[in-house]
Amino acid sequence: MTPPQMSHSETESAADQPDTTLDSDIVDDGDGPDQRTMMDRTLLEARNLDVYYGDEQALTDVDIEIPEKQVTAVIGPSGCGKSTFLRSINRMNDLVDTARIEGDLLFDGKNVYDDDVDPVALRRKIGMVFQSPNPFPKSIRDNVAYGLKVQGDDENVDEKVETALKRAALWDEVEHQLDESGLELSGGQQQRLCIARAIAPDPEVILMDEPASALDPVATSKIEDLIEELAEDYTVVIVTHNMQQAARISDKTAVFLTGGELVEFDNTNKIFENPDHQRVEDYITGKFG
Amino acid sequence: MSEPDFSHDGIRTLRGTTFRYLFLLCALLSIATTLGIILTLLVDAVNFFGTVSIVDFLTGTRWTPSHEPISFGVLPLISGTLTVTIGAAAVALPIGLLTAIYLSEYASERRRAYLKPALEVLAGVPTVVYGYFALVYVTPALNRFLPIGTFNALSASIMVGIMIIPMVSSISEDAMSAVPDSLRQAGYGLGATKFTVSTTIVVPAALSGIFSSFILALSRAIGETMIVAMAAGQTPRMVDLANPAGMFLDSIETMTAAMVKIGTGDMVSQGVQYQSLFAVGLTLFVITFIMNLISEFVASRYREVYH
Repeated sequence: MTPPQMSHSETESAADQPDTTLDSDIVDDGDGPDQRTMMDRTLLEARNLDVYYGDEQALTDVDIEIPEKQVTAVIGPSGCGKSTFLRSINRMNDLVDTARIEGDLLFDGKNVYDDDVDPVALRRKIGMVFQSPNPFPKSIRDNVAYGLKVQGDDENVDEKVETALKRAALWDEVEHQLDESGLELSGGQQQRLCIARAIAPDPEVILMDEPASALDPVATSKIEDLIEELAEDYTVVIVTHNMQQAARISDKTAVFLTGGELVEFDNTNKIFENPDHQRVEDYITGKFG
Repeated sequence: MSEPDFSHDGIRTLRGTTFRYLFLLCALLSIATTLGIILTLLVDAVNFFGTVSIVDFLTGTRWTPSHEPISFGVLPLISGTLTVTIGAAAVALPIGLLTAIYLSEYASERRRAYLKPALEVLAGVPTVVYGYFALVYVTPALNRFLPIGTFNALSASIMVGIMIIPMVSSISEDAMSAVPDSLRQAGYGLGATKFTVSTTIVVPAALSGIFSSFILALSRAIGETMIVAMAAGQTPRMVDLANPAGMFLDSIETMTAAMVKIGTGDMVSQGVQYQSLFAVGLTLFVITFIMNLISEFVASRYREVYH
């Protein structure tokens, strides 16, 4: 069903092939053309992924193939393991003493849990945006430049900071206060600052853990617009408890239900209009929370 | 049906009032004691400055209160105190800070649970034990490769430094633990190592608390008496600006040690020598008071507000 993971010719093939022929590769049912299926190469893939916290099993036998440069939403009730799944992608679960992972998680074909993988190096390829805005108590400039400095990228820092802030749709608002503390900004601005910070080192993947849950509706809508734009350049995986949000911004949706089980993963339209599983339909329609 | 009785209960009211004033009395007692101490210091110091000019006291470079020619220049004592404080800071600030980083960022929950109390035991050791240790073990050990005397500032400052390590590490660790975990997560998410997260995120965010711990620990070093009286000697020595490090090798006298000497000597209680004790005490009090003010100012000015 999916193209071979190791294929590195996506730019070529994308340029050569017309959009329409690509859809059939990943779309299970005909549910209309997806405008952003330019490249449907699988970038992230989980195989039989189990995650435990002590004796508690947080993820059970998860298999998923996340396509490159699309928005993949991960939804499900509280405690269903959706955040755990997100954090297993960039190995943030390593920071939890009791966490234990079994199975494979492939990034571009490479198992990130292999012994030779340094989580620090892995995280440099994967940006992360958290539930509440968490800017450093540093200037706006230093916040955005932090990832660059950490990764030893000292050239044209100011330029890269500007580019990142523009991509995060924050530049116009902070252009003249780059040396002021990031904590002075409003909540929505802080979250866009955190997005700018995550994309400044130019990662391949951006993980978002309920990035709008602490924001008001106006700020939320700005973040949502931004996420859709980011998918032009990045593979976005977003955890959200807000199903409307998932329906609005994502191309693919994964539904986790209790017990850390991935029940259904498909095109977002399909999940919201005609899911295969009754449990998913019950959850989507609010019969089960 | 009779009405419920909500009327005042005389005994209950009386008891409430009694306790209220009892608590107030206890609070006032400690304030009154502090004020009393300051007043005593001031009265005797003012009497002293009636005999000896305050300018001579603050600028004099000789401290010879008990033998001719009598001179009450406090600068040698300040030199001695400063020497011990700098030496103690050189030992305690780096070790204390690195310990705090280890405890807060590297140690596992379990290890921290027994390391931190163990470290705080160090703060409970009577200072006379430190003084004895400096005199009997540290000085002979240093003597093997340094030309130091039996009494010297170096071994005293090393011991004072060890004594104040727990203050630095404990207060700094509290400040670092208070840094929200979300900031560390953000750092790790950007591909920072544990070392980078500790040094570029946690330490700067906890800087006000760390600085407060430094000031408090140094105030403690300035006021330390027993260790310096036992191990640093009682020779008032003016710092040689051409060779300030030389202060460490010789016997010196700190402000506190000078006060002990006067207080335990056979001075006449109304004599000017005896009163000089209070002048030195007042100077010491002013110095530590200013340091505490700086600490308060820094803590409030640079405290980061998280939400």
